[in-house]
Amino acid sequence: MPERGVPAAPGPTWQRLHPLTPVVAAVRSLAVLALVLLEDSRSHSGGVGPALIVVGSFAFLLLLAGLVRFAVTRWALDGPTLRIETGLLRRDARQLPLARIQAVDVVRPFVARAFGLAELRVRLAGSGRANGRLAYLTEPAALDLRARLLAGHHGLDQATPEPAEQPLATVPPARLIAAALLSPAGGITLVLAGALVALTTVSQAAAAAVGGTLFVYAISFAHRTWRRVADQYGFAVALAPDGLRLRRGLLSTVAETVPFARVQAVRKVEPLAWRPMGWCRVEVDVAGSPGREQGTRSSRLTRALLPVGPTATADWLLASALGLRQFELAKPPRRAAWKSPLSYHFLGSASESGVIAASKGRVRKTTMWMPLEKVQSIRWVEGPLQRALHLATVRVDAAGRGVVADMRDRDSAEASDLFESLLAWTPT
Amino acid sequence: MGPSESKSRRTPPAAGQVPPPHGDELSRAAPLVGYVPSRMSTNTALQGTQAWAKPSPRMWAMRKAELGLLTVLALAAGVAGAAGTGSLPGTIGALAGVALLAPFSLWVTLRRYRAWAYQEREDDLLVSRGVMFRRLSVVPYGRMQFVDVTAGPVERLFKLASVRLHTAAAASDARIPGLEQAEAARLRDRLAALGEARAAGL
Repeated sequence: MPERGVPAAPGPTWQRLHPLTPVVAAVRSLAVLALVLLEDSRSHSGGVGPALIVVGSFAFLLLLAGLVRFAVTRWALDGPTLRIETGLLRRDARQLPLARIQAVDVVRPFVARAFGLAELRVRLAGSGRANGRLAYLTEPAALDLRARLLAGHHGLDQATPEPAEQPLATVPPARLIAAALLSPAGGITLVLAGALVALTTVSQAAAAAVGGTLFVYAISFAHRTWRRVADQYGFAVALAPDGLRLRRGLLSTVAETVPFARVQAVRKVEPLAWRPMGWCRVEVDVAGSPGREQGTRSSRLTRALLPVGPTATADWLLASALGLRQFELAKPPRRAAWKSPLSYHFLGSASESGVIAASKGRVRKTTMWMPLEKVQSIRWVEGPLQRALHLATVRVDAAGRGVVADMRDRDSAEASDLFESLLAWTPT
Repeated sequence: MGPSESKSRRTPPAAGQVPPPHGDELSRAAPLVGYVPSRMSTNTALQGTQAWAKPSPRMWAMRKAELGLLTVLALAAGVAGAAGTGSLPGTIGALAGVALLAPFSLWVTLRRYRAWAYQEREDDLLVSRGVMFRRLSVVPYGRMQFVDVTAGPVERLFKLASVRLHTAAAASDARIPGLEQAEAARLRDRLAALGEARAAGL
């Protein structure tokens, strides 16, 4: 690729996106519209002619817009920053400092895959607006650029080849499908089906009503299951010196790299429906946007380290990938059961060797591990019932939304000690 | 209100006495100076001598004005509604309801106003609030992303402002309402300077 030999001299060498970019973008936006319009026109008397004209003119406009966008977009790897410039009327020049990278993803949407193209996404901490997106590059170019960005992020020479990785775990499709079916929505579908069978013998009208509901629900359930399976299909996690590599996807594939130092917290989720199988999910939190202004999905960057797997695999993965030594969590005192009767059995917390751990949740048991150096703020919460029982909750927040280690219903003296030691550990 | 409110369960000052039992990283515990208002009954972590700063007394005036306006509106609505139906017992009931509710709300508002307190310590900012649900937030200066000073129309009328600290965590809720505008500006500048000096990456 032409970006070899970035000059140290004044101007960066600007690169363009792949010339097929407008085509891919147009096809991606058109596919749905064309399907809807053609399907709709088939039922009308006019035939497919008018619909074709509409689709054709849309295609032309989209292609034109894509061409303009392509013409005004350029990027360059300029020493320690990635620069992206785009926009015809409103110029948008971004500088992404490599040192601040949170994660680098290579995404291959289905259409782009057909052309051998890939999209590179660079995430920085802070708002979603600070992210960089290069769509589309050829696959080798995208992988090469990713290697350069990550090498630059770690302060190495950018020409350092991508280090070899060590595969850690994969998820077989059968388990993925089983796990997707074993969800609350699956349970509801089953109950509805049972009700339908029971009602057919009693009343035809009621059965018809339930049948209709079941039909709609089953379709949405099937759609969701399909999306989850297609999203996580062929999931593989590998360990590389520069971070964790995550690969997944059936039609569109995603390859993510998470630098270790950027992991804010790790959590293990054990939903009720998976408990008989002894399965769990492992997620890592990477810093996202803190503000409430953006309102985008990127506000919380949660990545599945293992979408579904046996607890033993999960524990092994946590130990080998993140060096997390798990330790016994201490239960809150017995009297906390008066305040949290349902979740008492799953409450627990402890802190050891610089890591805080806390678990909670009756239906979705969630255990959170958070390194102390990632702590952003500490909170003490004490409700009237807790006060009467001499209990208190200590919450520890890390970057992102809802990344909270919730040490619920601890004995107040213990909580005070914990709070004091957390305070003494001021991360400066 | 909570049953144990008046009898504050204070154990002797914890400064330096209790060895932190939580691993070596945590054992760098320095003696703490600080004083948690006695209402923060079960948290013994922060008992000391240093006084907490409070919001401006004008915040109480503002709260009273807000409550007064609300009471007048409720009275008007009650009277108008009852007069519309033309029933005397209804009117009396509405008036009695407002008359009972207003002092109670005033009491609750006063206690909540009094619960606000903050303390600028060497390395972190403490904000304490709440009567029923007591909360104490601690934000180390190094974790601060930015400081917001806001003043709504009512606050401006009373020459007050709120200061809010933002960290990279969405859940951090270090907010101090009802500050004199000069104090808010001073706090903002000081926090910004301290945050700058101790900034730590994510």
